[in-house]
Amino acid sequence: MKFKLKIWRQESPSAEGKLVDYEVKDISADTSFLEMLDQLNETLILRGENPVSFDYDCREGICGQCSLFINGRAHGPLDQTSTCQLHMRSFKDGQTIYIEPFRASAFPIKKDLRIDRQALDKIIASGGYISVSTGQAPEANQTRISSDEVESAFDAASCIGCGACVASCKNGSAALFTAAKISHLFQLPQGKIEHKKRTQNMVKAMDQLGFGACSNTGACEVECPQGISIRHIALMNKEYWK
Amino acid sequence: MYFSTDTATTPLPKIPEGDLKDKWSNFKTQARLVSPNNRKNYRILVVGTGLSGASAAASLAELGYQVTTFCFQDSPRRAHSVAAQGGVNAMKNYKNDGDSVFRMFYDTLKGGDFRAREANVYRLAECSASLIDQAVAQGVPFAREYSGYLSNRSFGGVQVSRTFYARGQTGQQLLLGAYQAMMRQVHLGKVTCYSRHEMLDLVTENGTAKGILVRNLDTGEISRHAAHAVVLATGGFGKIYYLSTLAMGCNGSAIWRAHKKGAWASCPSWTQIHPTCLPQSGNHQSKLTLMSESLRNDGRIWTPRVKNEDRKPVDIPEEDRDYYLERRYPSFGNLAPRDIASRAAKERIDAGHGVGPLKNAVFLDFKDAIANQGKETIVKKYGNLFSMYEKITGINAYEQPMMISPAAHFSMGGLWVDYELSSSISGLYVIGEANFSDHGANRLGANSLLQACVDGYYILPQTLPHYLAQLVKSEKPETNTPAFEESENKVRKQLSELCQINGSKTVDHFHRELGKILYDKCGLSRTEKGLTAAIEAIRSLRQEFYQNLKIPPNQNGINEELEKAGRVADYLEIGELMCIDALSRQESCGAHFREEFQTPDGEAKRNDREYAFISCWKPGNPNPVLIKEPLHFEFTEPTERSYK
Ligand SMILES: Cc1cc2nc3c(=O)[nH]c(=O)nc-3n(C[C@H](O)[C@H](O)[C@H](O)COP(=O)(O)OP(=O)(O)OC[C@H]3O[C@@H](n4cnc5c(N)ncnc54)[C@H](O)[C@@H]3O)c2cc1C
Ligand code: SF4
Ligand code: FES
Repeated sequence: MKFKLKIWRQESPSAEGKLVDYEVKDISADTSFLEMLDQLNETLILRGENPVSFDYDCREGICGQCSLFINGRAHGPLDQTSTCQLHMRSFKDGQTIYIEPFRASAFPIKKDLRIDRQALDKIIASGGYISVSTGQAPEANQTRISSDEVESAFDAASCIGCGACVASCKNGSAALFTAAKISHLFQLPQGKIEHKKRTQNMVKAMDQLGFGACSNTGACEVECPQGISIRHIALMNKEYWK
Repeated sequence: MYFSTDTATTPLPKIPEGDLKDKWSNFKTQARLVSPNNRKNYRILVVGTGLSGASAAASLAELGYQVTTFCFQDSPRRAHSVAAQGGVNAMKNYKNDGDSVFRMFYDTLKGGDFRAREANVYRLAECSASLIDQAVAQGVPFAREYSGYLSNRSFGGVQVSRTFYARGQTGQQLLLGAYQAMMRQVHLGKVTCYSRHEMLDLVTENGTAKGILVRNLDTGEISRHAAHAVVLATGGFGKIYYLSTLAMGCNGSAIWRAHKKGAWASCPSWTQIHPTCLPQSGNHQSKLTLMSESLRNDGRIWTPRVKNEDRKPVDIPEEDRDYYLERRYPSFGNLAPRDIASRAAKERIDAGHGVGPLKNAVFLDFKDAIANQGKETIVKKYGNLFSMYEKITGINAYEQPMMISPAAHFSMGGLWVDYELSSSISGLYVIGEANFSDHGANRLGANSLLQACVDGYYILPQTLPHYLAQLVKSEKPETNTPAFEESENKVRKQLSELCQINGSKTVDHFHRELGKILYDKCGLSRTEKGLTAAIEAIRSLRQEFYQNLKIPPNQNGINEELEKAGRVADYLEIGELMCIDALSRQESCGAHFREEFQTPDGEAKRNDREYAFISCWKPGNPNPVLIKEPLHFEFTEPTERSYK
C-alpha cells in the first residue's frame, strides 16, 4: 500500500509548527500505524533529515503513551483502539492521512507529535489513591465485594492515562480521566472513607492545572480507547456538589 | 577461551541462620534499624518505577526516607509492568487444594530447575500472601466469585490454583496501585519523580555506590544525583532480541553500566522464551505481542499430524491433530511450564508441522472449551485477549483457533544480589526483574509480578535500612566530586562519539541483526558451535556499529535515535556476555538448553555435580571473569524436573 502523509512538525515547544507532506510506499496491510511511521523515519534518517518524533512504549495498547490525532480523531478511525493497535488495513490504499499531536492547553507540545502530559500525574497525586501504607492491610477476603461491583469499578480503573479524552474535548477538560479514578475508588468499599476529600481535591487540581470545564458534549467517551463511559463524570459531579 | 575463572573469590550470599521457615524472621529480628526521626536525613535513588521501583519508593517514603525516582517513559505509570496480563501468584490456599508455603516454594524452585537459593525462594512464597492483602486495600479490582470472595486460576508448572488476576490486566492494576501509593508520597513531599530521564552511569567511590548520572530525554541535559544508596529497578532486557514481548524502551543499560563499574552479572543468558505470543508476520515488525498464558487453562495446543497441511484448521478432524503437549506431558498437558512448552513448539515447527503463512506457529484452540463451558464463560474469562487478538490479526478466535509462537519475554538473569538484595557493590541494591534471584533457570508464570512486589514492598524496606544504619552519620551525599566529574566526562564523550560516526545504517538495523543472532544461537536451544559463532558475529557487528551507524547528530533536545544507540551499544556487549555465559555452562537447565546435554527423550539434562552454582560475571580485561556461588540444597533434594 502507499499513503500521502501530512504530519505536524514542530522543532521545540516554543517554535512554530506546520504540516509537512511525506509519502510512504510498499507498506503491507498488516503493518501497524506506528510501524508505518518507523519506516518513514528510517528513510528520513538515512537521508540525513530529522525523524518525526512521536510517543509510544508498550505498543500493545496498555501503557497509554502513544497518542496522535489521525484524520481528526484521537487514536485514529477505530473505536476503542489506541494508536499503537491500529493497522494500515484500516486505511485505503493511496489515502491521505493527517497526523497531528493531541492538542490541549494543559498538554504543551514538546516536539512534533510528542506532548507533555505531566498534568495527569499531578491530578492523581492530588488524591487519586486509597491512603494505605505498606503493612496496614487487613486479610484480603475479610471484605466481600460482589463480582458486579468489582467489574463496574474495573470499567473505570482500566483507564490508561493517554489523554485522548482531553484532546478530543473542545474545552480541553480532563473530566473523564479524573472521574474514572474517582469512580474506580468510590465503587469499592475500601475507597469510600476518603471519597469526599478525594473528589474535592482532584477536581480542584484539575481546574488549577489548566484543564477546561466539562460541558457534557460526550466526545471523550467516543474517543476513549478503553471505552470509559461518561456516566463516571455524572457520578463525579454529583459527589462533588453533595 | 572467552573467559577466565576466579576460584579465589567466594560470593557471600548472606543467608540468615536457622530453619528454612525461620530465616526471614531471624533476619528481621537481628537487622539494624534507623530511628524514625533520623530517616529523613537519608536520600535514596530508585531507578525505575515499575512494580518493584514504585512499591519500593512508596514503602521507603512511608517509613520516612527521602526518595527520588527516575523512569524513561513520560509517566511512572507506564513502566512495562503495566503490560502483564495473566496474574500474580500467592499462597492463600483459598481453594483448600493442598497449597502451602512449602509447596509454593518447592514449585518455584523446581520450576527454576534447582538453580536458585532455597532461602530466597522460600521468602518469596512466605511474603506472597501479604501482597494480595496490600493490593486489595489499595483498590486493585481482583476477580471475585459470585459470593464476593477472591477468585483464583492455575498457571503453568503447578497443580494448585494460586493465581490471582484482574481480567487480563493484572499488571496494569497492580502497577496503578503501586503508582498511586507513590504519588501519595509525591504529594506529601517525600518522593520526587523524574520522568523521561534515563540513567547513563553509576557513580562509585572506593567500591561504594554514591549516585547516578541521568540524561533528560526532552532537553538532553545531563545531571548528577548523589545519595546514600542507589536502587536499580530497571526491569528486564529481553528487548535485546529485538522482537520480544517487551516495550520498545526496555533496556539493559542501567544494569550494564553498573556492571561495568563492578557489579556482578548473574546468568545473563537465562532468558524465558514465552510459548504463547503472536507469530512474526513480516520484516517491518517492531515487537511480538504476548497472549496471556492463562489462555492455556482452557485452550488446547496442537499442530496438524501431517506436514504442509493445507486444510483450514476447522476442517481438520480430531484424528489428524496432534495435541503434542497432552501427548508428551500427560499430567501437566497444556499447562506444562513455559520453557518446556516453547521447546516443544519449536520441535514441531522445526519438524515441518508449523502453521500460518510463515509456517512459524502452532494452534491454540478454544473449540472444546466453548462447547463445554459456553461462549459466554469464555468471553468473561478472556474477552479482552480475544479482542486484542482480533485487533492485531484480524481473526476471530471464537471461530478459528489462534496461532501462537514462542518469543523472548523475561530475563531470569540480571545483576547478582545477596539475600539482602544488595549487589556486589555496597550501597547498590537491585530489585525486580533486573536482579537474578528467585526464578533460577526458568520462571513460573505469575511469579514475577509477585517477585517485583515482594522485593519492593517487603524486602528492601527491611534490608536497606540495615545498610543505611551503619553508614557514618556525618557523610552527606555530594555531587561535586572527582568521581562524578569523571563519570560525566565519560558519558558526554560516549554521546558525542555516537553522534559523530555518520555512517549509513540506522540503529534499528544493528538491533535487528543482533536479535537474529541471539534467537538463532542463544535462544531456545544452544550449542557450543553456535555460541562460538555467535560471539564472533556479535564482535564484528559491534565493530561495524561503531563505523557505520547513522543517527541525527543533535545532543540537545529530543533525539530518539541517540537514546536507542546508547541502548544498542550496551546490548552489543550484553549479547556477547550472554553467549559466553551459555557457553560456559556445560549442562542444560530450565530455559538454558544445550543440545549436547539432553536425556534420550529430549529433556534438559542437569549436571548437579559440576554446575549447581550461580554464575557471577565480573568485568575483566580482555575477558570476563567467572566466579561461582555454590548452591546448597539443605531442605530439598534436587530431582529430575519431570512434568510427564
Ligand atoms: C507482556 C508481558 C506480560 C507479563 N505477564 C506477567 C504475568 O501475567 N504475571 C507475572 O508475574 N509476570 C508477568 N510478566 C513479567 C512482569 O511483568 C515483569 O517481570 C515485572 O513487571 C517487572 O517489573 P519491574 O519493576 O522489575 O520492571 P518494569 O516494570 O519493567 O519497570 C522498569 C522501570 O525501569 C525504568 N528504566 C529502565 N531502564 C532505565 C534507565 N536506563 N534509566 C531510567 N529508568 C529506566 C523504566 O522506565 C521503568 O520505570 C509479564 C511481562 C511482559 C513483558
Ligand atoms: S479516560 Fe480514556 S481517553 Fe481519558 S485518559 Fe483514560 S483511557 Fe485515555
Ligand atoms: S504504545 Fe502503549 S498504549 Fe500505545
